[in-house]
Amino acid sequence: MTTATRSTSKATATPAGGGVRFYGVWLLGIAVLIVLPLIFSSGGSLTSFSLIGIAIVFALSYNILLGQTGLLSFGHAVHYGLGGFAACHMMNAVVSHGWPIPLPFIPLFGGIGGLVFAMIIGWVMTKRAGTVFAMISLGIGELVASSSLILRSMFGGEAGITTDRTALPKMLGWSFGPQLQVYYLIAFWLVLSAIAMYALTRTPLGRISNAVRDNPERVQFIGYDPHVVRYLAFCFAGFFAGVAGGLAAINFEIANSAYLGAIQSGLVLFSTFIGGTAYFFGPMLGAILVTYLQLGLTNVTSVWQLYFGIIFIGIVMFSPGGIAGLLMMHRPLVRAGTLWTVIPSYLVAIVPTVALACGVILTIETVARYSGGDPINLFGISFNAKSPVTWIAAAVLLVGGAFVARLAWRRIADAWDRAATVARDRGYLA
Amino acid sequence: MTAAIEVRAVEKRFGNVGIIRDLNLGVAKGERHAIIGPNGAGKSTTFNLISGHIKPTSGEVKLNGDVISGLRPFEINRRGLSRSFQVTNVFARMSVWENVRCAVLWATGHRYAFWKNVDSLPEVRERTAQILDDIHLTHRRDVPAGLLTYAEQRELEIGITIASGATVVMLDEPTAGMSHAETDRAVSLIRRLTEGKTLVIVEHDMSVVFGLADRISVLVYGHIIASGTPEEIRRDPKVKEAYLGEEAH
Ligand SMILES: Nc1ncnc2c1ncn2[C@@H]1O[C@H](COP(=O)(O)OP(=O)(O)OP(=O)(O)O)[C@@H](O)[C@H]1O
Ligand SMILES: [Mg+2]
Repeated sequence: MTTATRSTSKATATPAGGGVRFYGVWLLGIAVLIVLPLIFSSGGSLTSFSLIGIAIVFALSYNILLGQTGLLSFGHAVHYGLGGFAACHMMNAVVSHGWPIPLPFIPLFGGIGGLVFAMIIGWVMTKRAGTVFAMISLGIGELVASSSLILRSMFGGEAGITTDRTALPKMLGWSFGPQLQVYYLIAFWLVLSAIAMYALTRTPLGRISNAVRDNPERVQFIGYDPHVVRYLAFCFAGFFAGVAGGLAAINFEIANSAYLGAIQSGLVLFSTFIGGTAYFFGPMLGAILVTYLQLGLTNVTSVWQLYFGIIFIGIVMFSPGGIAGLLMMHRPLVRAGTLWTVIPSYLVAIVPTVALACGVILTIETVARYSGGDPINLFGISFNAKSPVTWIAAAVLLVGGAFVARLAWRRIADAWDRAATVARDRGYLA
Repeated sequence: MTAAIEVRAVEKRFGNVGIIRDLNLGVAKGERHAIIGPNGAGKSTTFNLISGHIKPTSGEVKLNGDVISGLRPFEINRRGLSRSFQVTNVFARMSVWENVRCAVLWATGHRYAFWKNVDSLPEVRERTAQILDDIHLTHRRDVPAGLLTYAEQRELEIGITIASGATVVMLDEPTAGMSHAETDRAVSLIRRLTEGKTLVIVEHDMSVVFGLADRISVLVYGHIIASGTPEEIRRDPKVKEAYLGEEAH
């Protein structure tokens, strides 16, 4: 009890300089966004950054549901896609009517597209949480995705709706033809959306959303209707997903049925969960990682979805808090100054863990290409999928790596326990 | 003067089983009213019926003269009735501070606001701090509620219940599972926090009941067999037979 008492008094004392640090982090983020394309200025990098920016807005919007309100949606891409279509139609309308609306305002219409649909279907959808909500979201997702192929005038069928972002009125002399300008447009909306979504978590509605997530029954006995809370959260999530969709429409100059399909919905769930739903910045990390993997892996291997699956299962099993959860686990150790006692065992674990990962990769690639017969090229080394040597190498790495890695991981766990105990004794919650 | 709570001829069946039978109960404003009865008598079910958690099969419940049976729990809460739960029912992943603050928000009129920063609402902050102080949990304000000790969770449960400033407070076995010292502390806490309010309390500890209550109702098999002052209840032969008799030997 005394330890606990001490721990909290210290914990409350720390955020004294928190305000400065808080704004510092945001300003640093903005500075990075501004400088990034100046350092990595190749066309490929700009495209990647643009896609990551869109993915972050989308994942943050998803976390309003999953992390903040405890709603597991399998159809969040519906709002993203409808936002994309709304943005495309708006852009075309602006051009054909000659309205004085420049491109940077277009994502707002994407947001409105996502919001309006959320307002229409949300009330029925959010009546119940849990499995019921998840199933309905899946159904709505399929419904909208299939409608998008049927309602040609609105969704353009297989081809989708195309648009030309440079045809809109210029703003500050920017035509938004070059990818760099599009990147800055996306970065601007990313900052705006991230601040707005963060601010939302600090409002009475945001706090009550957390309460609904934790215990919807009890919320009813402190004056709140959890249905209304879920509905409002759903509408906000729909709006920001629509903004992300609008940004995608600007980036690709097209919106098609793939935007609102199950794959897109799965991807955002995946990003958000991998990043970690318990912290605001978690989905950002997830979106960055998943977009990079997606861009990188698709060029390297034909079975990239398999790797996604393995990563996802790994996170669910070993780190349900996601990457953010893993990182934040270290905070009490850093504060207590005991992190250094864990580092050596981390270093020791690197080699067997990498060996295990190589074993897994080699096994997957061997199996995947066995019938195809094309050579495997891993990190510059060539393998033949039909050669027993490759199989033996894979097996040795896999089994040996797993065996040694287990020992190394146990070492980490022990070191971790000791460090956490010391941290607790020094009065930091761990 | 209208009663704070009036339960009239309420029945509740789960399937074919009648759990509450012809329940009649009156609680005057400002009264401390204890409901006692053996395990499974229907005390918690009575709380659920009054607070809107479940709906009566028949009969009606009035709060300050208005019929509330059939209303949703949050509608009843907004009319000034707040209840706690026998099994701790808090927001486990949120801090103690957040737990209490959530319970303050509706009553301070902020409702579903998404245009206000919750940290810069002075009346919310003051009231939350006051309640944390009242329930002796200020030093634990940043701890997730799920990590509190059992006794602390019970105190938080009381804090959440009274945070809205409801005029009718219902506590379901607030001291269950507490040690003697903890019980004493909880009772003086309850006494202080429900000053000037109407209190309905379910309690198994007879010393707590007879020390705290102005009136006592005895519930057996879903029916109130006696209702009166502690003295009357102590003397009532039906009560002796049905309930206190067990305690005697
Ligand atoms: N939702 C329900 N469905 C079916 N039966 C129920 C339900 N809720 C309560 N019961 C039954 O009603 C009876 C009364 O339960 P209740 O919880 O109200 O008793 P209690 O007086 O609070 O007992 P305790 O002192 O153990 O808390 C019990 O037999 C219980 O099994
Ligand atoms: Mg009970």
